Amino acid sequence: MAIAGIIGKKVGMTQVFADDGALVPVTVIQAGPCLVVQKKTSEKDGYDAVQVGLVEKISNRRITSAARGHFEKAGVPPVRTLVEFPYEGDANVGDRVQVDIFKAGDSIDVVGQSKGKGFQGVMKRHHFAGGRATHGSMFHRAPGSIGASAFPSRVMKGMRMGGRMGGDQVTVKNLRVAKVDAENNLLYIRGAVPGGKNGLVVVRFSRNGKRGE
Amino acid sequence: MAQDFMKLVESRETRTDIPAFSPGDTVKVHVKVKEGDKERIQIFQGLVISRKGGGARQMFTVRKISGGIGVERMFPLNSPSIDRIEVERHGRVRRAKLYYLRDLRGKAARIEEKRKG
Repeated sequence: MAIAGIIGKKVGMTQVFADDGALVPVTVIQAGPCLVVQKKTSEKDGYDAVQVGLVEKISNRRITSAARGHFEKAGVPPVRTLVEFPYEGDANVGDRVQVDIFKAGDSIDVVGQSKGKGFQGVMKRHHFAGGRATHGSMFHRAPGSIGASAFPSRVMKGMRMGGRMGGDQVTVKNLRVAKVDAENNLLYIRGAVPGGKNGLVVVRFSRNGKRGE
Repeated sequence: MAQDFMKLVESRETRTDIPAFSPGDTVKVHVKVKEGDKERIQIFQGLVISRKGGGARQMFTVRKISGGIGVERMFPLNSPSIDRIEVERHGRVRRAKLYYLRDLRGKAARIEEKRKG
């Protein structure tokens, strides 16, 4: 492993059969190819990392001149998405990062933006229990008391209430790579991954995670 | 783009050697059974009472009467543990899901054979 992660897009979910015939739920991710755009060093930036961009078709007019200079300096075509990853060993500007950094069985973390749920009540948003539905109950999905009266005469900060839900950055840890299709840049991940189809996800090796053979 | 990749992925998981059959048909499903390190084939014969799901995720249900007791087994259509499927008989039915057969027994649970035309 040289570079510890890759950027991709969620393709969707399906199921595949394992070698022993077991049915495995998988999320398919179109991951990479990515290019190294910048190398950060501890002398210059205070830490070691590589900045990696997802290769995508992008209109030349959509790049600011500052960003254009950044890409020209690296000598790589402009990209829309840049993410930093730690690396080990050797990594240079212009290097390609592809799905074949992963192997089936690798333990990975996936970062994505969860689907927006809009304004939601406390039952869905914070798993409040709510009240009973029948037997004359007039308390169904309301939050109930949000604090005492004269003292403290205000609502405590961080009180759980209804509001906007979803659309947050979510990291799912310790997922397993089910299969790698290097030819089509596809990564099969066992289980679900945050976000909708075509959503951007960052896939990286778990810390202290297991590696497949 | 995402859709195209999904089709590619699903087509790779789909078996092409499965014969066409539909609810109402009587089939013999040859199932691979693992016992320890030995593998043998077991036949499950019965009436297909439903097919559901699409693409690589399709499932079908086979119902048979075993020793006077109704037994149903669901199979993933593309499962590698299905050795092969034989279609014994095409039945004439008027709906896609034959769950009503669960409440019928004996003569009432018969299904007419489809006439070829």
